[in-house]
Amino acid sequence: MPGTFEPLPGGGAAVALDDVEISIIRSLAVQMMELIGPGPAEDASADPLADLFADGPSEPPSDPVLRRLFPDAYGDPDGTPGAKEAEEQKAHSAEFRRYTENDLRAGKRDNALAVIRSLDALSPAGEGGAVLELSPDDSRKWLGALNDLRLAIGARLEISDEDDSDLLFHLPDQDPRKPMVMAYLWLGGLQETLVSTLMP
Amino acid sequence: MGPVTSPAPMEIERTESAEEVFAVPEPDVPWVTIVHNDPVNLMSYVTYVFQSYFGYSKDKATKLMLDVHHKGRAVVSSGTREEMERDVQAMHGYGLWATLQHDRK
Repeated sequence: MPGTFEPLPGGGAAVALDDVEISIIRSLAVQMMELIGPGPAEDASADPLADLFADGPSEPPSDPVLRRLFPDAYGDPDGTPGAKEAEEQKAHSAEFRRYTENDLRAGKRDNALAVIRSLDALSPAGEGGAVLELSPDDSRKWLGALNDLRLAIGARLEISDEDDSDLLFHLPDQDPRKPMVMAYLWLGGLQETLVSTLMP
Repeated sequence: MGPVTSPAPMEIERTESAEEVFAVPEPDVPWVTIVHNDPVNLMSYVTYVFQSYFGYSKDKATKLMLDVHHKGRAVVSSGTREEMERDVQAMHGYGLWATLQHDRK
């Protein structure tokens, strides 16, 4: 069935994609990689060991998508901390960010790259489409990448509670957000069926 | 973390009694990882993450996912601060919104 992952015998998953779908997923994955930014290695530092110990950022990203992908680790979203407690949470979050964000960015970049590579390796299966077959390992990378893409689109569409999503799903056809909402729902279907092939 | 059907209920209750006894955070007061609700993450995906990362049973993972969905948050693990930072980092890797804090409430 189009747009639906099916389990492969012996592990892994397969989905039939047409050319438009392939190009949409690929383009979104490329945008995700651009948003996440280059790895430390691409800064071409003279000492390769320096990259290994390079500190990540300490401030939350200003882009709402990146802020959702790399949230603060300390702090109660529903709480009203006193000034001292808020200051402490901010300091702890900054420290956490310094030593985790580079790794987290690398992991998300790897997932997006795995998506691009598997799409580029597809051979045409006639009628402008192809059947994508994923190994269990690539299935997990795709699952993470699809989730990141949906988080990114969700942040761009400013979906912050269930009411927002209900509203967006009933947009009139001429609304400029409509194509992004359609992509969001379609990616949700892909992710939902992919996760069901991976359920332990 | 034992299975839900563990024959040792003392293990399960230890966290709760500990938080009542110690009002002031102390080194051996556990920290907890909290996952927060968001409207984007699929319920099936959240359950999958709890099963595959924490190794929880399907029942336990589903119950935690439903707590996140209905109550807005759920404590998904507890331990030392270092362990919880590792869990929070893993949750962020999966795209779940997680924080850690002292288990004092």
